[in-house]
Amino acid sequence: MSTVHSAEEMMTVAASRALAGRRTCFVGIGLPSLAANLARATCAPGIVLIYESGTIGSKPDRPPLSIGDGSLAETADTVVSSAEIFNYWLQPGRIDTGFLGAAQLDRYANLNTTVIGDYRRPKVRLPGAGGAPEIAASCQETIVIVRHTKRIFVDRIDFTTSVGHGDGPGARERLGLRGAGPVKVITDLGVLEPDPETRELVLVSAHPGTDPADAAAETGWPLRIAPDLATTDPPTPGELGALRALNS
Amino acid sequence: MAVLAALPEALASAVHDGDSVALEGFTHLIPHAAAHELIRQGRKELTLIRMTPDVIYDQLIGAGCASKLVFSWGGNPGVGSLHRFRDAVEHGWPRELSIEEHSHAGMVNRYVAGASGLPFAVLRGYAGTDLPEVTSSIAPITCPFTGERLTAVSALNPDVAIIHAQKADREGNVQLWGIVGAQKEAVLAAKCAVVTVEEVVDELTPVPGAILLPHWVVDWVCEVPGGAAPSYAAGYTERDNDFYVRWDAVSRDREAFGAWIAANITEAE
Repeated sequence: MSTVHSAEEMMTVAASRALAGRRTCFVGIGLPSLAANLARATCAPGIVLIYESGTIGSKPDRPPLSIGDGSLAETADTVVSSAEIFNYWLQPGRIDTGFLGAAQLDRYANLNTTVIGDYRRPKVRLPGAGGAPEIAASCQETIVIVRHTKRIFVDRIDFTTSVGHGDGPGARERLGLRGAGPVKVITDLGVLEPDPETRELVLVSAHPGTDPADAAAETGWPLRIAPDLATTDPPTPGELGALRALNS
Repeated sequence: MAVLAALPEALASAVHDGDSVALEGFTHLIPHAAAHELIRQGRKELTLIRMTPDVIYDQLIGAGCASKLVFSWGGNPGVGSLHRFRDAVEHGWPRELSIEEHSHAGMVNRYVAGASGLPFAVLRGYAGTDLPEVTSSIAPITCPFTGERLTAVSALNPDVAIIHAQKADREGNVQLWGIVGAQKEAVLAAKCAVVTVEEVVDELTPVPGAILLPHWVVDWVCEVPGGAAPSYAAGYTERDNDFYVRWDAVSRDREAFGAWIAANITEAE
């Protein structure tokens, strides 16, 4: 096995590590699902993965193509209806971590998965909200995983599908959102966290081989870089092996 | 009372131009055969309702059967965009498509309200998002007991709900299991329910976690083995993931799409 890792692998490994110590995770499909299943294979073996198709405690051997794949239901502790998954399990705040992606994100980690351009005649019509607005509102915390490009990291998102830290300090409390909101944004260049005071995203760790200037250049607002910027630990052979086994 | 019938007869009787129709299913038990029959019958001006419009709604929209879509997530699961849906919203092709857009939690609670005989449902949702600005069936509401600000969504009562299930008996009692999505709520909310099933049996045997829809809430039952393909029916068929990947290229191009519809639906033997 090559021990040289790609930026994509670093991103997935960093995201999986963010689930260490978490008991339950509401998982979006794609990158979040891959990272969550890597966490289950490495740092969070007992974590309960919950998919919005209603499967609770899914343990797929391979990352599913879709959230409705048979493997998610067959390996689940239980399968519940759509009404139940959103009303009984997500809404009361029972789930520790929500794991989301996005097409656009702003400095307060508000997310757009609805449209690029004007809502009524969009340049790109995206799939829409799905479970994301309530995952972002009701999980105890959320983690966002996105590629770090200027197309995604924009000054103003075209549509607010899911609320992160709103317009800054106190926004979530004013809106009555009970979860803490985004605690980490993990990209292929580094890890960002909201500033405890301003709630604006700050680059706190750069992945090995990347320069914080790369992240700044791919961010559509003047990116703040933590004075004590860390370097992310590279993937261990164990993490890389587990990730490649999932993808094989 | 459920009538056992052939699919073309059931849909010709149940679905009319201009109806609101929910073909429900959450990436499992998707009623592909029924959607194809609607295209074959040339239905027009439908309001299509679904939490997760996927390939069959892409086909109905691209074939010009729909004037409105009520939904919460419109994509090809695990693959990407629905290109016929995008073409309709972005360019008005083959006709303008108006949209009424929710989150999953909002949509499912609209079905719950409809099934419960209530005009609306209440949830914690949408606060701070742009969805209430663009969707008139979302409104703020104050709890009469605590004063808390919550969100109301109006009930959904489709003219027709169409679902696929594993089994029915000869009376028309329907049994489905696995990922069951919002099918029960959609059937109970709708004025008329059509169910396609993998098989009709003399007697239903209990299955853990199964939903049973009694024959007196179902209008039509049609035996259509493989009627969910390329989606799947747990216990009967596997999901054809390759089809969903291939659909991306077919649906990107208007001509390729038209040729696919002709070859597989309207001019198929």
